[in-house]
Amino acid sequence: MKQFLIFFSLLLSITMTAQQHDHDHDHDHSGHDHSSHAHEGDHSADHETHEANHFASDCGSPAKVIHREGYDPAATAIHHISDANVLTIMDMIRIPLPAIIYNKDRGLELFSTGKFAAGHHDNGHYGYKDYVLYEGNIHRITCSDFKASDKFEVQGFDTGHATNAEGKDIEKRYAIINGKGYNIEQKTIWDGGLLGGGVTSFYDLSPTKNVVTMFIVALLIFLVFRSVAKSYSNRDGQAPSGLQSLLEPMVVFIKDEVAIPFLKHKHKKYLPLLLTIFFFILGLNLWGQVPFLGSVNVSGSLTVTMVMALIVFVITNINGNSHYWGHIFNFPGVPWFVKMILTPVEILGLFIKPLTLMLRLAGNISAGHIAILSFVGLIFIFGKAGESFAGSMIGTGLAIPLTLFMMAIELIVAFIQAYVFTILTASYIGAAIEDHDDHH
Amino acid sequence: MTGTLAAVGAGLAVIGAGIGLGQIGGKAMEAIARQPEASGDIRGAMLIMAAFIEGAALIAILLSIFIQ
Repeated sequence: MKQFLIFFSLLLSITMTAQQHDHDHDHDHSGHDHSSHAHEGDHSADHETHEANHFASDCGSPAKVIHREGYDPAATAIHHISDANVLTIMDMIRIPLPAIIYNKDRGLELFSTGKFAAGHHDNGHYGYKDYVLYEGNIHRITCSDFKASDKFEVQGFDTGHATNAEGKDIEKRYAIINGKGYNIEQKTIWDGGLLGGGVTSFYDLSPTKNVVTMFIVALLIFLVFRSVAKSYSNRDGQAPSGLQSLLEPMVVFIKDEVAIPFLKHKHKKYLPLLLTIFFFILGLNLWGQVPFLGSVNVSGSLTVTMVMALIVFVITNINGNSHYWGHIFNFPGVPWFVKMILTPVEILGLFIKPLTLMLRLAGNISAGHIAILSFVGLIFIFGKAGESFAGSMIGTGLAIPLTLFMMAIELIVAFIQAYVFTILTASYIGAAIEDHDDHH
Repeated sequence: MTGTLAAVGAGLAVIGAGIGLGQIGGKAMEAIARQPEASGDIRGAMLIMAAFIEGAALIAILLSIFIQ
């Protein structure tokens, strides 16, 4: 009972901190832009309407910082699962990461994202040269008449809509500097434009928070397995202890249930690959589950899973034997008119396999993160984004059990998805290297 | 009413996947009840098939997220 009370009061204080923080943020911003004070009176007027700042495409037109009222759960969720150039812990501690940027005009540039002095929502308070930090990502100001300097103050950011050359409605983003709006480029992260990005005038090669997390997890896995491997040689013939007894069943499981049934006598060659894939994905999944570690979504990022699927694709096809290729291009035992349909389908299947591998992992992990973020968002929906304390208490009461339930499910999903990725890899490789005794 | 048709598409994909996963789960349970000694193999096959169906549904969901 006592423990429960302590737990409950802790949760209460977290809610209050969140509320406090929201107010702080408002004050923080009003300190930055005095023009918005006049605006504050008619909050209800621009509630949800995107009036003001109608600068279609012209740079340097007058603009002011508008306080967006209300809470957008979808945008918040997407922001939290996206990659970023700063590692944020609980919206308070911000660890700057190095930025490595190549652009055609100035060549390679190296600096720390600490220069942006990121604040709430990972928006930078300052700009560097012509780069600004918007929602955790580095963007470049595209206006040609903008004078780049080593440090300039950014008052805020705004979005607007414009019509592009093809008549499509696109979202435009602006950085507001000295009361003027300047267009900034879309996302810089190499997501192939899948997460609202686009082709930019510079290449962002920075180690983002996803990359940093991958290195941490890889190092952690290396250290753990190193110590376990050492204890196997030190404690030869004895019963496993400590970490050994945790990892041995998993390794044996992958070997007996995944590698041997699919790869038969060749399983020794591919077991290291399968174990690496399994433990790397599992490590990333579990790291993403831990709250307050920068809320990284590495295995839910399409680029990360794409590279893993690409590795599987290359290994499968390099090791594919003549039977495997024969079944794709010249299926034995079927007439020619069936082959005309079957061959394109088989070639398509060649690429669909890694594609589903990539989408399944990313989709599952992202979906779990979005679900948890939506449940946490209940606090802000019921609390009217920090206005109603009683409402946010109701939201908290709803959010805690739902989030705990979702996290429990995600814990199972973390293991299942790592297992599924591994077993599918094994089955693809197994199908490619299978010895046929010609029993068609 | 707000939202896009893509969201409806995502919902439809989930219905399809739900039916498929239910079939797999139900049949696997039946199979395990009939032959408890083969439960390990059945569970493995069930997970793989579930992963395939899920993959199809997730392609639909992700496309509907990105296309809107």
